[in-house]
Amino acid sequence: MTDTKPAAPRAGLSKARAAKNAVELVMNIIFFVCGIASVLCVAAITFYMIISGTPAIKEIGLWNFLFGTEWAPTASDPKFGILPMILTSIVGTMGAILIGVPLGLFTAVFICYLTPKKLGKLLVSAVELLAGIPSVIFGLVGMIVLSPFIANVFKIPSGATLLTSMLVLAVMILPTIVSVTITSLKAVPQEYYDGSLALGATPVTSIFKMNIRAAKSGIITGIVLGVGRAIGETMAIIMVSGNVPNMPNLFKSVRFLTTGIVSEMSYSAGLHRQSLFSIGLVLFIFIFIINLILNTILKKGAKDR
Amino acid sequence: MTVNTAARSQVLIQKEPDSLTRSRIRPFDLLMQGLSVLAGTITLFIVIGLLGYILVKGLPQVSWEFLSTKPSALNGTYGILPNIINTLYIIVLTLLIAAPLGVGGAIYLNEYARRGRLTRVIEFTTEALSGIPSIIYGLFGMMLFNNYLGLGYSILSGCLTLSIMVLPTIIRTTQEALRTVPVGYREGAAGLGASKWHMIRTILIPCCKNGIITSLILSIGRIVGESAALIFTAGIATNLPVNIFTHMKTSGATFAVQLYQYADQGRNEVSFAIAAILVIIVLAINLATRLIGEHQKAEDR
Repeated sequence: MTDTKPAAPRAGLSKARAAKNAVELVMNIIFFVCGIASVLCVAAITFYMIISGTPAIKEIGLWNFLFGTEWAPTASDPKFGILPMILTSIVGTMGAILIGVPLGLFTAVFICYLTPKKLGKLLVSAVELLAGIPSVIFGLVGMIVLSPFIANVFKIPSGATLLTSMLVLAVMILPTIVSVTITSLKAVPQEYYDGSLALGATPVTSIFKMNIRAAKSGIITGIVLGVGRAIGETMAIIMVSGNVPNMPNLFKSVRFLTTGIVSEMSYSAGLHRQSLFSIGLVLFIFIFIINLILNTILKKGAKDR
Repeated sequence: MTVNTAARSQVLIQKEPDSLTRSRIRPFDLLMQGLSVLAGTITLFIVIGLLGYILVKGLPQVSWEFLSTKPSALNGTYGILPNIINTLYIIVLTLLIAAPLGVGGAIYLNEYARRGRLTRVIEFTTEALSGIPSIIYGLFGMMLFNNYLGLGYSILSGCLTLSIMVLPTIIRTTQEALRTVPVGYREGAAGLGASKWHMIRTILIPCCKNGIITSLILSIGRIVGESAALIFTAGIATNLPVNIFTHMKTSGATFAVQLYQYADQGRNEVSFAIAAILVIIVLAINLATRLIGEHQKAEDR
């Protein structure tokens, strides 16, 4: 730049440019803050879960807390064993997966291959609707419709059982399984299917032996997502599980990790309250592990492609 | 050798003379096909049965009086006006907090950040946020906002908790919308001398307005249906607001929380009435996102 231009406008220009740069800088910083907001949130949640979950575990003892079989926080000799809840959560989730995954998988196959397009679209919207229904509604209907039904069929006094909870959870994870499976089935190259037909397999055999295998990693992702949803579900199963801290038994009332927190939070105090936060921490660790598994699968899937 | 092959094919032909045209019944195929049809039917039946049952059982209970009064223990009547107001309040306030953060985060990820470790961490944590169950959000919100920051059981602390919860939805949907904006638009703007912020403000945000609106509607769905996170943070009170600004500092139950309260007390008719309203909201949200999607498609054409 040589000094041939008049001084005044250049000063104005550079002032404008400086203002513009300042705005750019400010916006840059604002967007950066927005960008790392989720990192900060996860960090804060982890921090607070650990801070509030550890005191009770320290006082009760890790072994007694995790593997104690008796939960009686308000007794004169209080017991804080959450093994029944941990096992219930695991068994309940497994049951939901065992019922929900086959149902979801076959539904997805039905939607993708075996039905006219219009009916398929209708089914997809139905499944999307199911995904949007609040969990309290599942709980309500489970309590009013499913519980009495289970009690009738199995001739037990109360239908608020582990089995009822499994069924409700299975319906709740259905949308996740179906939509993820459909997405991954649609991503399978048409050539696989054509090739299988050309080798002499029937269409149905090709679907089940070729396409489903090709879509395996997507389907597993769906299952892991379903596990995450089932293990964290609270309000639906609090109404159908009966809420008694028994060891998991299909036809007995049980208490999940999540429902244990909600049902006692309102009247707990002192060590009892702290122990509820510790249950939260245990649940959080479960979710964290599931997230790690999910991340590994996704990474592996990306590498395969 | 040659004789052998010929003989074998002869045998084969005699065995199945029309194997190419006649399809044999395969038990595996039949079973799998049957199971698929069965599963599809069950799923359809579950959805229709669930929605139908709730609407049939709940809608007759919904009256103008039910919608426009507050519950009165004295008269033994139920009204959900406070819940309607609380729900609206929480929706607006949560979106006011979460929308700028979420959209800004998506813009940062898509427009500012270079692909690298930081973006990977951000994307991982966003995924993690969407995987955390609402009960954990409830515990966290209770500890941080209610106790540590001293907000107590209040609508404001519920909103702060929920805004973290809906953040992943907004970020992901906005990001998808941003990705559909052609690179040429950005380059064109840069070529004309527009600064980055100017380009974002005048080109990117208008271009993905539909995506952003969709993300907000999805968030509304999540907020309306949320209960576990709100019980611990916003509480369960059913008071009509005295002052619109101080109301956020008081406790207040939304539809879903109220539904749980009534179900817990065994007042199932009232629960079903609220459930019917919730189902109608869910249907409306579904319809709205679909309409926006079609609108977007029409625009693209």
